Amino acid sequence: MNDGLNWLPRCDDFRPRVKALSLNGNVRWQELVELAAYNLDFVQTNQIDRHLLDWQPEATGTEKPIQTVRIAILSSSTVSHLHAAIRVAGLRRRIQIFVYECDFGQYRQELLDPHSNLYSFQPNIVLFAFDGYHLLGSVRAGSSAQDAEAALDAALAGVSECWSLAKSVFGCTVIQQAVLPIFADILGNNEHRFAGSRASLVVRMNSRLRKLADQSGTHVLSVDHRAARDGIEFWHDVALWHRSKQEIRPPAAPLYGDLVGRLVAALLGRSSKCLVLDLDNTIWGGVVGDDGLEGIVLGQGSAAGEAFVAFQSYASMLSERGIILAVCSKNDEAVALKAFNEHPEMVLKRSQIASFKANWTDKATNIRTIAAELNIGLDSLIFADDNPFERSLLRKELPMVNVPELPEDPALYPQCLADAGYFESISITDDDRARTAQYQLNRVRAELMSSTTDMDGYLQSLKMVLQWRSFDKIGLQRTVQLINKTNQFNLTTRRYTEEAVLAVMSDPDAIGLQLRLIDKFGDNGIIAIIIGKRNDNDLLLDTWLMSCRVIGRKVEQATLNILVDEAKRLGVQRIIGEYRPTEKNGMVREHYQKLGFSKMPFGAVQTEDERHSYVLPLDEYNVTDHPIQLERA
Amino acid sequence: MTEPEIYSDLTTIMQDVLMHDDFVLTPDLTAKDVEGWDSFKMIEIIMAVETHFNFKVQSRQLDSLNNVGDLVTLIKASR
Repeated sequence: MNDGLNWLPRCDDFRPRVKALSLNGNVRWQELVELAAYNLDFVQTNQIDRHLLDWQPEATGTEKPIQTVRIAILSSSTVSHLHAAIRVAGLRRRIQIFVYECDFGQYRQELLDPHSNLYSFQPNIVLFAFDGYHLLGSVRAGSSAQDAEAALDAALAGVSECWSLAKSVFGCTVIQQAVLPIFADILGNNEHRFAGSRASLVVRMNSRLRKLADQSGTHVLSVDHRAARDGIEFWHDVALWHRSKQEIRPPAAPLYGDLVGRLVAALLGRSSKCLVLDLDNTIWGGVVGDDGLEGIVLGQGSAAGEAFVAFQSYASMLSERGIILAVCSKNDEAVALKAFNEHPEMVLKRSQIASFKANWTDKATNIRTIAAELNIGLDSLIFADDNPFERSLLRKELPMVNVPELPEDPALYPQCLADAGYFESISITDDDRARTAQYQLNRVRAELMSSTTDMDGYLQSLKMVLQWRSFDKIGLQRTVQLINKTNQFNLTTRRYTEEAVLAVMSDPDAIGLQLRLIDKFGDNGIIAIIIGKRNDNDLLLDTWLMSCRVIGRKVEQATLNILVDEAKRLGVQRIIGEYRPTEKNGMVREHYQKLGFSKMPFGAVQTEDERHSYVLPLDEYNVTDHPIQLERA
Repeated sequence: MTEPEIYSDLTTIMQDVLMHDDFVLTPDLTAKDVEGWDSFKMIEIIMAVETHFNFKVQSRQLDSLNNVGDLVTLIKASR
């Protein structure tokens, strides 16, 4: 049984901290983000939310939301008590969420009326939340199988019509809340044999909803799964329904909000990427340095030993779906490695650990190093440690790292990580599956590089092949994923939906390139995306982004050679590149100058865009040397 | 738990839910006497009371709550 945000620590000094919130917008934002990282009940959540609604960014502010999202909840029941929790769940992820709710039960009218408040709100996400009474209210115990089936078909048709409407009107992402199992059984164990049972229709409805959702690119908010885990009484209070038509109990609001928040994070490509594991008493019982290889508790013979094996299996499964694993432990490296290499019950292999830090340096420093080595932000790391002292120390030192409040019993570790939803994803690409192997190879490359002093010789020895092809349906998911989550090596940070990428594919005056880098150690996957648009005699580079994994390998130079060929094919005379500065893309400020572009000559009036534009006349371009073989795939 | 203790805890709960402290709880105080105490806040107060005092308010009892005194009587009966 879960009763809220159990993976977060309780806040012991909530009232005084809320009272002492700073008046400076920068400090206040930071303080609110920190408060949102606690296990707040619904009353505390509402309090934080009130201060969040009052919050204004400072004119010279550095502390502010990384992204803004507008969610419209179109619902058949009362949901105003859920807004605060959704906004605070956004705050927890440094995302500012604006919430709109339709007038009670008016969702269809508002979708159809261009003058409705919904239209002026302009949502980028629409969340449909329908209760079982609304969807299946017409079904009676006496209904025939045929009537029940017809009611189900009609309800599903109505729902999917709403999805299409929302998508076509707002071009937005659609989330559908699964139906909560709120109905009492009439038959019993074999309820499914009773045609007129609303309880069993809810189960069938949810299963068909998911199929429809997958076909139409709609995402599901699985409150039904949570109800199976938490008990329906945690989510739904029948007395409350009769009194106020709230389908979801206020005490469940913080968890509901977080389920929405993690889905939003996944849609924005902001879910966590890496699980950092402590060793002693986290992935095995005991202290390997004291107890020795034979003394640690792992595997057969004890309940605790099996629990640690199960936790390792869980971490291993996360790794197989693309979550990077790292180790951060106070240990002698040799001793720690010996356990990995020699203990017969170890499920996790050294090869699955992309960064291995077993030493006596403090954990905050090690975790900073891990993030730097893997080239990912500190806010995409999860640190799992059994020791409450280490956990609270790390939260203090590195507040942007998520540190789950692991329960005492190791048997409960996997469920704790699952409940926290850090790694929420909406789909899995082939590149996700191959990620661990890629990071492993990066480590080998890095070792080779540190042993060579001749950089050119090293790059030659990698025997790199850059394979490129136009956008296609097979690569579509990965293309959209890269476009939406690459922040550092990204010249313009323009985000594209699936529909927008498809539009590039069908535009004869546009080029969309996906580039894959292969070397003697293996395949790095798709690592760069280019979108260019022809404008008279110019090719305008709308998007140029690259994965940080392959920086420093002259891929940019090789890419430019491809681009020049493509530009010639289009018959243009110049390539124009644009740099749009953000907080994260400072590393590519000089990108175009380094490649031989020059600043645009300006007219009398200089727009913001022109100030950051660079030009390369094709007749002045000499093919650059680079150690990479180009291959059109 | 003495009656003054119940009043003290209830005051804190209601200050948290209503987000102001512009009231003094007395037995005959009703929702219309207090700024922001609407039907939704009433539900939140009940839910917070249920969690804090660890009992469940019945539908019938919910319907017959008229003032703070009624709520305190309910809490006392649950002890």
